[in-house]
Amino acid sequence: MLVLVAVHVLAAVIAPVLVRRWGRRALYLVALAPAATLGWALAHTGTVRSGIPVVETVTWVPQLGLAIALRMDTLSWLMVVLVGGVGALVLAYSARYFRSDDPGLGRFAAVFAAFAGAMLGLVVADDLLLLYVFWELTTVFSYLLIASDPTRRASRRAAMQALLVTTLGGLAMLAGFVMLGQHAGSYRWSEVADNLPGGGYLTVALVLVLLGALSKSAIFPFSFWLPGAMAAPTPVSAYLHAAAMVKAGVFLVALMGPAVADAAPWRPVLLAGGLITMFLGGWAALRQVDLKLLLAYGTVSQLGLLMVVLGAGTRDTALAGAAMVLAHAMFKATLFLVVGVIDHVAGTRDLRELGGLGRRAPALLVVAALAAASMAGLPPMAGFVAKEAAVEAFLHGGTAELIVLAGVVLGSALTVAYTLRFVWGAFADKPGVPATQAEPVRWPFLAPPAVLAVGGLAAGALAPAVDRLLAPYADRYPTGADPGYHLALWHGFTPALALSALAIAGGAGLFLLLHRGRLRPVRLPVDGSWFYDRVVGAVDRAAVELTGATQRGSLPFYLGVILVVLVVLPGGALLAGAPWPQRFKLWDTPLQAVAGAVVLVAAVAAARARRRLTAMILVGVTGYGTALLFILHGAPDLALTQFLVETVTIVMFVLVLRRLPAKFSERPIRASRRGRIALGVAVGLVTAGMAYVAAGARVATPVSVGFPDEAVSYGGGKNVVNVTLVDIRAWDTMGEIAVLVVAATGVASLIFRRSRDLGLRSNIPGVGRSESVRPRWLTTGATTRQQSVILQVVTRLLFHAIVLFSIYLLFSGHNAPGGGFAAGLVAGLALAVRYLAGGRTELNGAAPVDAGLVLGAGLFVALGTGLTAMLLGGEFLQSAVLDLHLPVLGHVHFVTSVFFDVGVYLIVVGLILDILRSLGAEMDRQQETEDVAEARTKELV
Amino acid sequence: MTPNLTYVLVVGVLFAAGVTLLLERSLTRVLMGVVLLGNGANLLLLTGGRAGGPPIVGTTAQEEMSDPLPQAMVLTAIVITLGMTAFLLALAYRSWHLNGHDEVQDDVEDRRIMELADRDEGPGTADNDSPDGEPPQDPAERPVAAAGEPGRAG
Repeated sequence: MLVLVAVHVLAAVIAPVLVRRWGRRALYLVALAPAATLGWALAHTGTVRSGIPVVETVTWVPQLGLAIALRMDTLSWLMVVLVGGVGALVLAYSARYFRSDDPGLGRFAAVFAAFAGAMLGLVVADDLLLLYVFWELTTVFSYLLIASDPTRRASRRAAMQALLVTTLGGLAMLAGFVMLGQHAGSYRWSEVADNLPGGGYLTVALVLVLLGALSKSAIFPFSFWLPGAMAAPTPVSAYLHAAAMVKAGVFLVALMGPAVADAAPWRPVLLAGGLITMFLGGWAALRQVDLKLLLAYGTVSQLGLLMVVLGAGTRDTALAGAAMVLAHAMFKATLFLVVGVIDHVAGTRDLRELGGLGRRAPALLVVAALAAASMAGLPPMAGFVAKEAAVEAFLHGGTAELIVLAGVVLGSALTVAYTLRFVWGAFADKPGVPATQAEPVRWPFLAPPAVLAVGGLAAGALAPAVDRLLAPYADRYPTGADPGYHLALWHGFTPALALSALAIAGGAGLFLLLHRGRLRPVRLPVDGSWFYDRVVGAVDRAAVELTGATQRGSLPFYLGVILVVLVVLPGGALLAGAPWPQRFKLWDTPLQAVAGAVVLVAAVAAARARRRLTAMILVGVTGYGTALLFILHGAPDLALTQFLVETVTIVMFVLVLRRLPAKFSERPIRASRRGRIALGVAVGLVTAGMAYVAAGARVATPVSVGFPDEAVSYGGGKNVVNVTLVDIRAWDTMGEIAVLVVAATGVASLIFRRSRDLGLRSNIPGVGRSESVRPRWLTTGATTRQQSVILQVVTRLLFHAIVLFSIYLLFSGHNAPGGGFAAGLVAGLALAVRYLAGGRTELNGAAPVDAGLVLGAGLFVALGTGLTAMLLGGEFLQSAVLDLHLPVLGHVHFVTSVFFDVGVYLIVVGLILDILRSLGAEMDRQQETEDVAEARTKELV
Repeated sequence: MTPNLTYVLVVGVLFAAGVTLLLERSLTRVLMGVVLLGNGANLLLLTGGRAGGPPIVGTTAQEEMSDPLPQAMVLTAIVITLGMTAFLLALAYRSWHLNGHDEVQDDVEDRRIMELADRDEGPGTADNDSPDGEPPQDPAERPVAAAGEPGRAG
């Protein structure tokens, strides 16, 4: 079975290619997928008839107890036959219905095949969760099929309606499944059915499941989406109405009925919903002038009848229901396909414009009449056999059954009436309507509906055979003392036959009354669509109000909200009773107070500064002050890194601030400024309080107590901080260097305005291969105006020394302050110095590579180190210590995590190179271009 | 552990100054606020471990070592702040280049939704019952969308 689903997936994937190649004829090939399904099901007829299900299980997510459990018993077999048979015929029909140059044909073929596959999976799924997955897949694919023409508003609306309604029901159903599955400890329906909960729990679960089934099958109050869905192309409607989608709900009711029919909500909900739907749908069908819409409302009515019969939950009704599913699939598909043919040959499907088509297309009339007879329940069609069975089943019961019986008979009369309206509307000669000019109908176009129509006839004639096939399903209900009903064409002159005759006569009378204008079908004032519009409109409105109230679009507002929460909640907790430590110290060494005072003053001044440059310098001072505090704390690595970062930051600021105005734009209004300061002070107080309390609250031994020993024994290094970075907590570092790569890429993409300019990152005009200025050592390359030759020469002399120093820092970092981050920053600063001295030519001379390449190489090396360790059987990023004796170098102590640090180094260098290229070189270039443009404008003036 | 009042004070002031700048509209100021907050947060993290000698085996006895774990965390945080500073600077420059200033403007889309809410209207995205061919209700959106275009391109 899984193979068959896979075949559909494959068909869906290759369908567009096939259609491009062979046009509409490719649909015959696609039809092979559902045809294979049909063939497979027919091949298993014998097994299934003897009551043995075909089972297939594939493990999927064992942790969730989720398996692809597939099971085909009699009911599933019936559905598989319909899904495959009708699917294949509809596809074959589509090969004539569409034109090869229809733009959406490939997409249609693919989605249709996928839809058939999903439906197949749905009806053979034993696992309820799997069933749900296929259920929602049919929803999605039907959405795509209904919206085949997305340029039409009606199409979009119908698709969205179908999607929303059925998904909502599907979600409710999932909740119901979960309730049942959790109780039973398994999600296999074959097991759940034996372990049902009781009482209110079961009631709630079943109501939820029924919501799914009723919405999918367009039962009142969810009926409205189905008539709208006829915006889809006619073959889609045929499949949707006959064998797929709406039949999913019917299938679910039929599947669960034998186990749960006696539970509280089951029968009342299904009988009431079904009867109401049957009347409303049938009544609405009598009003329609569009043949397709008439059929659509007819389907709604028939679905109501199916729900009534299958929901009644006895052995005989189950048999009648199964037969009805079969009959309905065949006649409804036929009639839709016939409407498609009429639409094609006559150019309209409005029954007010069609006249005399029966005489011009007699073959079409015969096909339609066969199917219509089955729909109206005339002998000897399958529809008659099924309806007889249903009437007979309700005939022997209490008051409730008799009321239902009255409803069924009345519904049948309505069915007869709209069937007559359909046949009359499509084919009859009408006074005042000119005979329709119709093209002749070609046989390949008519063959699929003809096959289905004859199928309806055959199923009626061979009723005893059908009975033997479907009986195993019905026998899942407890059988009474009597042997049970059997499907047959002729039971003798029974009350059921009389009721059938009554329905037919009543229907014919109703049609005549309407036809003569004695009776007018009125439109109901309120239908589901009205509610749907109200609900969707209200949700939209609520979304606008909520978004408007919360998304103010102002960054300070958002930040303010977050910060106020910070002040109120943690601040409130602090006040409410944090364990405030009694003992405190002023400082570890008095020098901390000095450094702290510097930071303090600079921070306050920075917040007040009006000039960008002043603010920048003051912020820098806080940074250097923080570095001092790091030294005094006993953190040389931090201090080193902080110093270097602060310097790079200042370089960056200078590069950008040279382009921005010297002063900040006008001061904000005083009131809001006071507010900002007040919030700032409040946040400062809360944070200070947290710092105080948190430090005092630390009583446990820190986890890092073992780090020094581990660093030496496992990490092979003496600098505990560095070993922590590249070994103990290497995963963190991995994430952080990834962030750096992202930031660097972001900077470049913000500055290089067009993506093709990004190429300039490595090959800036003026230098590089294109202009062959191979920077010669110590000679000035292309020095421009304000650049100092002496400075350039000095930086070139120093450059290599600094780079060498950075490499020393990189490798010594394992045992002394340093490491990849610090070393990379030093190398980056060397590049910055070169750039500042000589502009972008110097930068390119110093680093003639693309920054992206350096970043990528760094990430590659870092990841490669980790993966190599993994491939060698260790953990990701596990390091190994190698002590080697090399001939010249002597004893070498080597730790593999150095490679990881090399990756870090490369990424930091790449980041700074990227910053210099973007914020430096590219901004220079843009400025120069603008200057040139300005000069030209002046000349012209 | 005994709290160190110097740290507490410096952390508090750095956060206060940082938040004050962060709430401004000028991106450069926001950025400086972020840097100040970064320094403050790093110090805050550091106060979680005790002070002492450099955590280098052989240089300092283990009992006297400062706590290495917060240091490792802070170290990467410092470098990430660098990346973030670069990104925000590029953003400020870009904003200046396009709009002639580096102020953070209110979001135009959000403004439009607030106006809809004021007028008690829906988003107008639903495909209503109106017949095909009716012109979509776009004209109301056009002027706002135009206002969202960069004022000064190139």
